[in-house]
Amino acid sequence: MLAYVIKRLWQMVPTLFGVVLLVFLLFHFFGSDPSIILAGQNATPEQIAAIRQQLGLDQPAYVQFGIFLKQIATFDWGRSWATNEAVSTLFATRMPATLTVMLPILILDTVLAVPIALGVAYVRGSLTDRTLMVATTVALSISFLVYVIVGQYVFGFQLGWFPVQGWSNSTWTNLTQYAPLPVLLAVMVGISPQTRLYRSFFLDELGHDYVRTARAKGMTEPVVLFRHVLRNAMIPILTNVGLALPGIFVGSFLIEVFFSIPGLGREVLLAVNRSDYPVIQAATVYLAMLTMLINLGTDLLYKVVDPRVVLK
Amino acid sequence: MSAVMTSSADVPVQRSAGVWLTAWRRFQGDRVGMVSMVVVAAFLLLIAAATTGLVASQWQRELAVPNAPPTILGPRAGEDAGTLAGPESQAQPPVDLSDIDPLAPRYKEWAERASKLQTTETVKAQTLPLGADRLGRDVLAKAIKGTEISVFVGVLAALLATVIGTVLGALGGFFGGKVGDFLEWVYNVFTAVPDILLIFAFAAVLGRGVDTVVLILALTGWTGLYRQVRAEFIKHRGREYVRAAEAIGASTTSRMFRHILPNVSHVILVRMSLLVVGFIKSEVILSYLGLGVPIDQVSWGTMLAEAQSELILGHWWQLATATAFMAVFVTAFSLMADGWRDALDPKLRGAE
Repeated sequence: MLAYVIKRLWQMVPTLFGVVLLVFLLFHFFGSDPSIILAGQNATPEQIAAIRQQLGLDQPAYVQFGIFLKQIATFDWGRSWATNEAVSTLFATRMPATLTVMLPILILDTVLAVPIALGVAYVRGSLTDRTLMVATTVALSISFLVYVIVGQYVFGFQLGWFPVQGWSNSTWTNLTQYAPLPVLLAVMVGISPQTRLYRSFFLDELGHDYVRTARAKGMTEPVVLFRHVLRNAMIPILTNVGLALPGIFVGSFLIEVFFSIPGLGREVLLAVNRSDYPVIQAATVYLAMLTMLINLGTDLLYKVVDPRVVLK
Repeated sequence: MSAVMTSSADVPVQRSAGVWLTAWRRFQGDRVGMVSMVVVAAFLLLIAAATTGLVASQWQRELAVPNAPPTILGPRAGEDAGTLAGPESQAQPPVDLSDIDPLAPRYKEWAERASKLQTTETVKAQTLPLGADRLGRDVLAKAIKGTEISVFVGVLAALLATVIGTVLGALGGFFGGKVGDFLEWVYNVFTAVPDILLIFAFAAVLGRGVDTVVLILALTGWTGLYRQVRAEFIKHRGREYVRAAEAIGASTTSRMFRHILPNVSHVILVRMSLLVVGFIKSEVILSYLGLGVPIDQVSWGTMLAEAQSELILGHWWQLATATAFMAVFVTAFSLMADGWRDALDPKLRGAE
């Protein structure tokens, strides 16, 4: 187990190096000159030169890459160009809001989609199944944006069940007052693709011989479904949840922007609009790291869920 | 083998139906798929008409009163009740200032000059078939023009992503070894970064515009296709027909793109059609976030972005129109893609 983890961590190094290289090249060769962004519109050539020197932009590319690597290793990205906040503080203060919204979404999505999918897969080909599949196809064809616009209008403005938008300092108020509407809308949208996907996993399992064997042995249907099929379908479901997991740190940009939730997603989008390179670079590199670690965690979980899995 | 030997000129060669013909026959039996394809074809005709300027070329003209409702609702009551009547009590007779007004001698001259100019009083429509936006532009024309741009972005980005994914996948799968390892590394790098962040990073450096959106979506969306094409090429590269081609002296490029590629093209086609749907949805979100189609052009995304503030005032028609256009197209396109997938690759039936 430990050897496996070490091996996997070692394998991440080249990938991570690639991510760093990609981000560096992207911003170094394709981005506009940071010194011009920083100096503003009425800068003298001397001011620009001074900023270039300060950022090390007058150095050759490999030296700059060295500076970049050092920033990553020491977790010191300096300050946001726009707000002059330290990038690390920025992350630490924006992350809780993102998690407050994204964690309930992921949990509800999974908890609701799994039983629905199992139920639909069980009655495959029936009217319920076909109706639900058509409904999800149509539901999927409508943009997330429409759900959010209409949802906010109907639930927040017309019916007044939730505040239209807002955010407070208390996590409890946020969870009970401000988060429910965005969470509800995101779950409504997320549940269609999840159900379709999990349905296909269950269908796949239901066709296996062991299901027929279990039924032939006289197992009751609930036992067949929950003890046999569900456990076997756990692997692909887990993979899927694992794939979605890094997303809860990124946050839903659309939801955060739309509901003015001061989370990480909104912050990164603001950074993109302000050409605030340190924030974008830091977000990209660290979230890539996090994604890889979560993938490793998912692979380790396979072993827990399915003893047949051999980690190698 | 003997069959090949005897198939000379006098024996009619019984050619077996190719993969496309069989698939087409299978697809014809799929009623949902056929209807969807007709709908998609209708949209493509509409787009062709919009591109050539036959319809909706004047979408920017403000030909109705702001926020004019759809015709079935009738003109808005109350607002068009003529000019506001000024307070009566304060109305005073105009004072004759001509003796002290320094401009007075020139008024006549100006009046003459003004009369030479032709002004046409445009009558702004009170209602339009599907209503008007806040500037009085025809929502129907906007939706048609928006269809052109949104579908154009989706299809072009999908084509570009398909080319990138196919070429890299073919190289990686066919050669393996060092080339394959390198491409796997590139793939790992691109998938390590969450999609939306990659899109943002590209958007931050590339700027805004329709061509940029296409480029961003293609550069971030090729990975799934690469993986699948690579797997297919690995499967095919050792097959007998490829080795036979090698034996008769077919070059590497010829084997890759003239022998193997046609045999995996159905996989690519299905993948590409799924990409189109995904990219059309992404364009909407990106345009709303201000990273997509610029405001002097119209797409479903920019229409929905405008609709947010209109809805609060009760003007729902732009939202409804854009949503309906998009929902119909995306549903039809997805169902058509599903039909193609089932027809071309029966193994994948029922899978997502």
